[in-house]
Amino acid sequence: MTTGLRIAFLPLTDAAVLVAARERGFAEEEGIALDLVRTTSWATLRDRLVFGQVQAAHMLAPLAVAVTLGLSQQPAALAAPYKLNVNGNMLVMACDFAKALEPVIASRLADPLGTAHDFAAAIGLWRRKPVIGVVHRFSSHAIMLRYWLASAGVDPDRDVVLRVLPPSLTVEAMHAGEIDGFIAGEPWGSAAVEADLAETVAIGERIWRRGVEKVLAFRESWLEENPQTVDRLLRALVRAAAWCDDPAHRDDLTHLLARPDYVDQPAYLIDRALSGTLVARAGEPSIVSPDFMLFGREATPFPWRSQALWIYSQLVRWGMVDHDPDMAARAGAVFRPDIFRRALADSNVPMPGASMKLEGAVAAPLAVGSRRGELTLGPDSFFDKRVFDPERIDEFLSGFAPLR
Amino acid sequence: MRIVIIDDSGLRASVLEEGLHEAGYDDIHIVPPRGGFVARLERMAPDVVLMDLGSPSRDTLEEMLTVSRALARPIAMFVDQSDEAMIGAAIDAGVSAYVVDGLRKERVKPVLELAVRRFNAFAKIQSELEEARSALSDRKIIDRAKSILMNQRSLSEQDAYALLRTAAMNQGKKIVEVAQALITASDLLGGGL
Repeated sequence: MTTGLRIAFLPLTDAAVLVAARERGFAEEEGIALDLVRTTSWATLRDRLVFGQVQAAHMLAPLAVAVTLGLSQQPAALAAPYKLNVNGNMLVMACDFAKALEPVIASRLADPLGTAHDFAAAIGLWRRKPVIGVVHRFSSHAIMLRYWLASAGVDPDRDVVLRVLPPSLTVEAMHAGEIDGFIAGEPWGSAAVEADLAETVAIGERIWRRGVEKVLAFRESWLEENPQTVDRLLRALVRAAAWCDDPAHRDDLTHLLARPDYVDQPAYLIDRALSGTLVARAGEPSIVSPDFMLFGREATPFPWRSQALWIYSQLVRWGMVDHDPDMAARAGAVFRPDIFRRALADSNVPMPGASMKLEGAVAAPLAVGSRRGELTLGPDSFFDKRVFDPERIDEFLSGFAPLR
Repeated sequence: MRIVIIDDSGLRASVLEEGLHEAGYDDIHIVPPRGGFVARLERMAPDVVLMDLGSPSRDTLEEMLTVSRALARPIAMFVDQSDEAMIGAAIDAGVSAYVVDGLRKERVKPVLELAVRRFNAFAKIQSELEEARSALSDRKIIDRAKSILMNQRSLSEQDAYALLRTAAMNQGKKIVEVAQALITASDLLGGGL
């Protein structure tokens, strides 16, 4: 029997796994007729999910936490049993602004801490308080940008202006001079570089080497009421993710995503994130970043509760939520490793034995305890070498120097 | 009650504005979601903001609602979350609305209902226009295919059309598809007009 399922997405390269699941038969093999609903704002994606127009959504991980904690319009309990990708963001700034930074881009990107300090110095030289576009207050991008700026003593709420705008309007806003740079998911950073409006200043993968990005979010009640459909979908996605990671399929995937009903951007721009070959300044040779965006390998889809708690710690740090044990527990519970385990119990997917881990503690590829098969975790360090212990959030937070 | 309509499409905003006027609302403003539109909106201090659900600028608006100190804090559209029929109709019609906290539900509901009706009416007009446009271009394609047949096979206009129609029926296709195929083939063979 075939079950119809509607999933909302935004036109971004990291919707790849959903697109592959629909277009290359993985959903169909599990008896799911997948309908992907293209959406142009996170607010509308959230509304479609919360009010049941779709059963699931390609959602910013921090937004899923924020909606559940009641920090956003339309509060609702959401559940994320699957991560659609890690990494994939890029901070680009107007070429004039970037003149004050390290000119050799490969060196600039390899040293995020040094670049953050150069950025702090560049703020004073710029003709106004730099206006940086972020896609949402509760986006991995905004959280990562805040973390990175603060490392050099920049207060993201005082020293720069963070302006919210959807990814699809970033290039236009650069062109109009409304923003001086932006951090967004691909292919939008590449599109601004290609238009010679901006150059790359930092890439997400060098800030947090395995940064949590989009999740597949459900309404918690729907997830609980439809276990079989959820399990079938997760099995389909795991196979689609492996397909997406395989370089042999990259050309096919790139052209699928380029279609007007998906990302609707040129294939050669989409290919940059998928192949990990970034053009950081117009006309220059590309920079190789093989872990720019991950879909399936290293158990990427596994929703570590510690990652939901890391997001929570950052919301607390920036005063977006009051810190109390009940809130922390609710935030952690948005990620649902239990559902992931149930859905993939009979598969050959390597399954982590734990549901939480230290975040940022793996400096080199590490074989870890797994219920089945070989599981190697990739390096997940933060550029400032901090380690997040989900059992010690207070200690972690008190380690940051106050900015004002 | 001050109502602000944020809309890219001038036509849809006018259709909605007209409807609200007829219903007796007279403090209505239209703001396109470009440039510094949130600052303008903040100065207007609206009671109700109506916006196309498909507008990519909704995130920008919601951020303003979160951080603005100038505005008496508006809350999200669905004043009464238990009114699921209303919410469903609004989402289907593509309407989102933000309503100032404290405004009574009975006062807001007619505005939302009207917005839903007008958005639906606008969508209908648009799809009719789209159909009319495509009918027009279909006719051009068929005309061109007819003239190719008339020239190359010395047929009358009537016979050329009959031939296209028979071919379409035999292949289970639309006439315009057969006509398009004929034009393409003729172009490829260098015999186009």
